[in-house]
Amino acid sequence: MNQLSYPILSTVIFLPIFGALLILITRRSWESLAKWIALITSIATFFVSLPLFTNFDKTTHKMQFAEKYSWISNWNINYSLGIDGISILFVLLSTLCSILCVLISWEAITKKVKEFYISILLTTSFMIGVFCSLDFFLFYLFWEAMLIPMFLIIGVWGGPNRIYAAIKFFLYTLVGSLLMLVGIIVLYFYSGKTFDILEMATKTYPYTMQLWLFWAFFAAFAVKVPMWPVHTWLPDAHTEAPTAGSVILAAVLIKMGAYGFLRFSLPLLPEASKAMTPIMLTLSVIGIIYGAVICLAQTDLKRLIAYSSVSHMGFVTLGIFALNTQGLEGGILQMINHGIVTGGLFLSVGVVYERTHTRKIADYGGLATEMPIYAAFFMVFTLASIGLPGTNGFIGEFLILLGGFAANKLAGVLACTGIIIGAGYMLWLYQRVFFLEVNAKLHGLVDMDIRETLTLLPMLLLVFWIGVYPNSFLSFLHPTVQHLIERLNITGGLQEVQIAKTILEVIR
Amino acid sequence: MNFPLPDLGPVMPEILMTAFALIVLLIDLLVKKKEAIAVICLAGVALIGLSLIGSAGSTFGGMYISDGYSTFFKVIFFINVILTILISVKYIAVERVNYGEYYSLILFSTIGMMIMASASDLIVLYLGLELMALSTYVLAGFIRHNVKSNEAALKYFLLGAFSSGFLLYGISIIYGLTGTTDIKAIAAFIQERGLAGNLSLTLSAMMFAVAFGFKIAAAPFHMWAPDVYEGAPTSITAFMSVGPKAAGFAVIGRVFLVAFASIKVDWAAVLIPIAILTMAVGNIVALSQTNIKRMLAYSSIAHAGYALLGIITGNAEGLSSTMNYLFIYTFMNIGAFAVIIMLRSEGIKGDEISDYEGLSKTHPLAAALMLIFMFSLTGIPPTAGFVGKLYVFMAAINAGYTWLIIVAVIFSAISAFFYLRIIMYMYMRDPKVAVPLTTSFTNGVALAITTVAVLVIGVFPTMFVEFAKAALKGF
Repeated sequence: MNQLSYPILSTVIFLPIFGALLILITRRSWESLAKWIALITSIATFFVSLPLFTNFDKTTHKMQFAEKYSWISNWNINYSLGIDGISILFVLLSTLCSILCVLISWEAITKKVKEFYISILLTTSFMIGVFCSLDFFLFYLFWEAMLIPMFLIIGVWGGPNRIYAAIKFFLYTLVGSLLMLVGIIVLYFYSGKTFDILEMATKTYPYTMQLWLFWAFFAAFAVKVPMWPVHTWLPDAHTEAPTAGSVILAAVLIKMGAYGFLRFSLPLLPEASKAMTPIMLTLSVIGIIYGAVICLAQTDLKRLIAYSSVSHMGFVTLGIFALNTQGLEGGILQMINHGIVTGGLFLSVGVVYERTHTRKIADYGGLATEMPIYAAFFMVFTLASIGLPGTNGFIGEFLILLGGFAANKLAGVLACTGIIIGAGYMLWLYQRVFFLEVNAKLHGLVDMDIRETLTLLPMLLLVFWIGVYPNSFLSFLHPTVQHLIERLNITGGLQEVQIAKTILEVIR
Repeated sequence: MNFPLPDLGPVMPEILMTAFALIVLLIDLLVKKKEAIAVICLAGVALIGLSLIGSAGSTFGGMYISDGYSTFFKVIFFINVILTILISVKYIAVERVNYGEYYSLILFSTIGMMIMASASDLIVLYLGLELMALSTYVLAGFIRHNVKSNEAALKYFLLGAFSSGFLLYGISIIYGLTGTTDIKAIAAFIQERGLAGNLSLTLSAMMFAVAFGFKIAAAPFHMWAPDVYEGAPTSITAFMSVGPKAAGFAVIGRVFLVAFASIKVDWAAVLIPIAILTMAVGNIVALSQTNIKRMLAYSSIAHAGYALLGIITGNAEGLSSTMNYLFIYTFMNIGAFAVIIMLRSEGIKGDEISDYEGLSKTHPLAAALMLIFMFSLTGIPPTAGFVGKLYVFMAAINAGYTWLIIVAVIFSAISAFFYLRIIMYMYMRDPKVAVPLTTSFTNGVALAITTVAVLVIGVFPTMFVEFAKAALKGF
């Protein structure tokens, strides 16, 4: 089904690639031209993606704006795109982020400018591709291809320890992805040689096979989320990446993991997902508390925010594996929230890093006196990160905890402590950076200029928009989440487990 | 007595190629400018390539067959020879070994490979293998004034002769057992007499595995590869890493999947450990290399391991996935060597990995191309390397070797590290010394062909996959 008369998803995916090609053929010395092409392309992409938002049919769980062309016919691979309630918000988040990333890098990136913007645009395009793919092969293609520009963004334009961080990021993700590839191929043969995700989701798979596949997919998705204990690439990558890279990583890239759970693990492997819920909830809760506690000990601004991501993404996976409506909707919404808030925080750190060139918390202090507007923005993001009512963080975390309690009381209670510690480290961070005595090095810092304010403003507005009227976003989710839960509750494949249980009882 | 002339159609490409190689030798005496010979070679090879069309059939009493399978490999050899000549023209001038014999030796070696691909008889197979090997030994030592090059040739020769011994031993056992050297007759004989499980038959299969394992540089028969790859002229390293390897796989396909088809269980039990060991040794030892030619030598060992996975499946799908893999490997590997060759200029060897520091700053285009080839060798989409690996993995999983593929993907992930290291040196470090590039039109053409092939096959693999599948009809 495509409500529009033109292939809108392909346009959104390929427009950034087109922009990247344009930059490729410009002269190396015309750096500002490259910047402008990147900016115009990303803004154009955003506006092209807006009709998705306005024309979306909120009453159905079916794939919308679908496109399907035969691509590699001998393996039954199709170029198949479409979005539903789960993916639409991520597409919009990606297109928005790419504008902000271009804007925030305007003056920060001074070397290899051309290559930088090419990488940003390519990453954008591949990210959107990941969220729109309805063919497992196509999905894998985008999923892996995105590693290349991201590896370069971290490794070329990053901080002092960038090479280590880039290689770690690449290897971690690659190992996971390759195991997923094996899983995909197994699934392909079992489902009768199709890569079509929707078709795969109509079949039931043997329970043991589901278990194996669940862990194969887990390898890829948990690394991306990242779940404890495979999170260790994230602090390095987030910290060393340039601001734009951190924003892409935090806002969109790590959502791909959780999206993978939603799109593949739950609908394709419902029994295994249900059976593995205790483990997933445990890992999520450990992630929440561990991430939060580690945050308390950080001395580096970006590293602290990176570890807070581990904690927040723990909430997301907790919500997803609560396997009920509130949990799932909260999880999805919290992913968007986390993208907005953490993206906003990283953008903010980028603003101040450009002036001081230090990320050490100890080098700051009293910043509110020097940069009041900036302090106000940072305050909003801090509070949203804590989950203050009225901000978006509250809605997401509230829903997740609601779902979490319903699924497992202990998990819900333990997750709550994460919020409490979260308030601790974020407020303490704010105090150390913005209040106390003005650090001598910070005298005479100029406040944000128009470009920087414009970069942060969309995130600020979204914080309040979702915080005050979440239904404009939640309404996208209802039918799709409902459908997902129905799929989870089909007990067809569970027969084997039932039989096994009956046999056991008889023996007893 | 009346000897009927055998049908020369199926063997016509080889005859033309031999005549042409001899003509090139003669032209060398007359032409001073060796670049002209290269041009003649390119034109000649391209024209002879056309004779592959319509060469189908079998001749010499069934000893020699030209089918889709052999034609597929011959296409690889032709692409290999053309790309090698393209990257050689300037390079052998820089190395000051600009002699005409170079080109005719490459042609002779290619004839050997073509004979191997078409051999339907073990004796013919051996003849082709020796012709290929002898020419390659000479080519490896072509830089006469360089000790390393001499060492490479000698090492290659000694170990190569040793492996030929294994091959002959295997052939003699099988002849003693079946009384024939015809591959199809052997298969029929084993089937009829129910020889599966016969100890000497298994021994013979193992001999073949050793001999062919040597040619494709599979561990533990890979010891020669790093030294030879490093010492040989870079253009010949490129040539060797593709041609003889593909030819080795061509004969593996014929011998194991036709002659020994009925004892698949036995030889698979030998080839599976070999494949795992090959991937392990290739990928792990490559991590610690400081010379890029050596590193690519180990990488080429590892790739032989991946390609073996297709053979291990023992079915047509697996074989066609191996063929497809080799086809793709030709482009990405020669492409990488075409970049390496540019770094060699007067007085600068340019084959240390540290020479690549900051290449993206000094020569952005060369660095970008190297980036594409490195990602393709790693197997990251949307490059051809990914398609190649995917097909092999799919074939093996379909044949029930899922655990083997899990091993393969883990080694594949390890391999990412050393390919990434090159990219890291090029993009993330600053240049210490300005490395000049030796550019030439022909090398540029080779790079253009390989880059386009790597990207096009990566995005639109249908045609190429179909090509490998179709080649197996009637195999």
